[in-house]
Amino acid sequence: MFGFLLRRLAVLIPTFIGVSIIAFAFIRLLPGDPVALLSGERVMSPERHAQISAQLGLDRPMVIQYLDYLGGVLQGNFGSSIVSKTPILKQFMALFPATVELSFCAILIAIAIGIPAGVIAAIKRGSAIDQSMMGIALVGYSMPIFWWGLLLIILFSGILQWTPVSGRISLMYFFKPVTGFMLIDSLLSGQKGAFASAVSHLILPSIVLATIPLAVIARQTRSAMLEVLSEDYIRTARAKGLSPFRVVSLHALRNAMIPVITTIGLQIGVMLAGAILTETIFSWPGIGKWMVDSVFRRDYPVIQGGLLLIAGIIMVVNLIVDVLYGLINPRIRH
Amino acid sequence: MADTTKAQPVSSAALRRQMLAEFWFYFSENRGAVIGLFVFIALVIVAVFAPFIAPHSPFEQYRDAVLVPPVWVEKGNASYLLGTDAVGRDILSRLIYGAQYSLFIGLFVTTLSLTGGILVGLIAGYYRGWVDTVIMRLMDIILAFPSLLLALVLVAILGPSLTNGMIAIALTLQPHFVRLTRAAVMAEKTRDYVTAARISGAGPFRLMFRTILPNCTAPLIVQATLSFSNAILDAAALGFLGMGAQPPAPEWGTMLAEAREFILRAWWVVTFPGLAILITVLAINLMGDGLRDALDPKMKRS
Repeated sequence: MFGFLLRRLAVLIPTFIGVSIIAFAFIRLLPGDPVALLSGERVMSPERHAQISAQLGLDRPMVIQYLDYLGGVLQGNFGSSIVSKTPILKQFMALFPATVELSFCAILIAIAIGIPAGVIAAIKRGSAIDQSMMGIALVGYSMPIFWWGLLLIILFSGILQWTPVSGRISLMYFFKPVTGFMLIDSLLSGQKGAFASAVSHLILPSIVLATIPLAVIARQTRSAMLEVLSEDYIRTARAKGLSPFRVVSLHALRNAMIPVITTIGLQIGVMLAGAILTETIFSWPGIGKWMVDSVFRRDYPVIQGGLLLIAGIIMVVNLIVDVLYGLINPRIRH
Repeated sequence: MADTTKAQPVSSAALRRQMLAEFWFYFSENRGAVIGLFVFIALVIVAVFAPFIAPHSPFEQYRDAVLVPPVWVEKGNASYLLGTDAVGRDILSRLIYGAQYSLFIGLFVTTLSLTGGILVGLIAGYYRGWVDTVIMRLMDIILAFPSLLLALVLVAILGPSLTNGMIAIALTLQPHFVRLTRAAVMAEKTRDYVTAARISGAGPFRLMFRTILPNCTAPLIVQATLSFSNAILDAAALGFLGMGAQPPAPEWGTMLAEAREFILRAWWVVTFPGLAILITVLAINLMGDGLRDALDPKMKRS
């Protein structure tokens, strides 16, 4: 197991270095003067230009600049935003819990509905239930989620007036963030109705973000279950006279879950891409919206740092999924 | 002279016809796939004949008919079947012209990422060694970024436009083709027919493109269909974020971006462009499922 972990890390490190080179090269690839881009000052005298260039270290050789950047990154220094002048890591840490909260609720919805739907479809294979469920799953899989979000806003916020259109909590409530997770903070604040407000803000974005992972998980669960259900040991279990429920839940589901867990892990990347659109539609103050806003503000250091942080998180999550997969399925360790 | 049993030469045309018939047999068994195919053909026809089908110009602004609802709603106007947008353009006509954009995006992006991916994948799988390691690490790096985020940032570098958006999306889709081609090449390379071809003197190019590649096509075709629908979705998402096709282009995602501020006043400006995206992507994905079943019995899901 230890060797397996080492091998995975051996692949991860060069990939991370590559990612950091891309993030570093990014500002140099932009048309225009990097000094102007990084300082945010448009017109400057040659003296000022040289001063800022020296201040930012841009007058040194490229390799030194990269190593310096990488060294800073490894110490948690990603530079500062041009617009707000605050450190990028600080901004990221403030916004990241919002994205985690949203993604966590979304993946919970996707798993809670996707796995039972896939199991039922597999058991009732070929029936009307199976066909309609898989039809819906394919529609979900094909969904332009930015449009789906707008439709839900029209229906639930516009016509029915059940949910708010945007944000994380009603402006009536104000409390200091403790954990950064609005659901927990609103409970801790003890203010009446704060938790309900947080839930009502969270529900539509979670549904939107859950849509594609839900469809993928349902399809994957169904095909994994179908494969397992045709195995000999399932027939043996049935022949022993075990109840169909026991056969499905105890014998089949456990083995069918192995590929499904990988699929769920892979959805993390999908979620972060989906968060870009979902957070933009619902004005959800997370890292997806932060990245889009930064692209529009041309806040290049933020784009650079955000790109590296997001890729780093995805790589770490994938590593964890890989290791978990190795734990539950010893066959792939070698 | 003694009678020798002559080997019956199988004409390649007959063989191809038989393969096609077999393919159609499996494909047509999947009802969804056939529906998807017909919808897709209809979309192609609409796109090609857009100037003859569209009742209005997609750019003409009818200032006296701003935000007219669809014909079946009260105050609807039979001249504008699906209503008009905020500056009085006919939504149906814009959707019809939008089909040109979406199909072109799908075709362009898929062709670009497919050819690039096959080329790089063939080289990696055929030569192995350090070439392979470098290529695969590069692909891992691309895959470490969420595709839409990478496309968004690339467009921010290159400047927002449809062409740059398509190039960025093609780049994010390409690693999948590289991985598939490489895996298939590695599996085929040690087979006897490849060895036979090499011994008879075939050079590396002939081996790669004429001998090995035709035997790796099935998974590539399935992946190409997936990429086609992904490209349309991602391009629409970029358009929606204001980083793809620029207004007044009747691209469906861009139309949605322009319609956003009217969502609570005029549902039709939001509903129809998104529905068009959904139907197109769904049709292609249905076809993809059918192709997978027909081309590769091993990958069959049910």
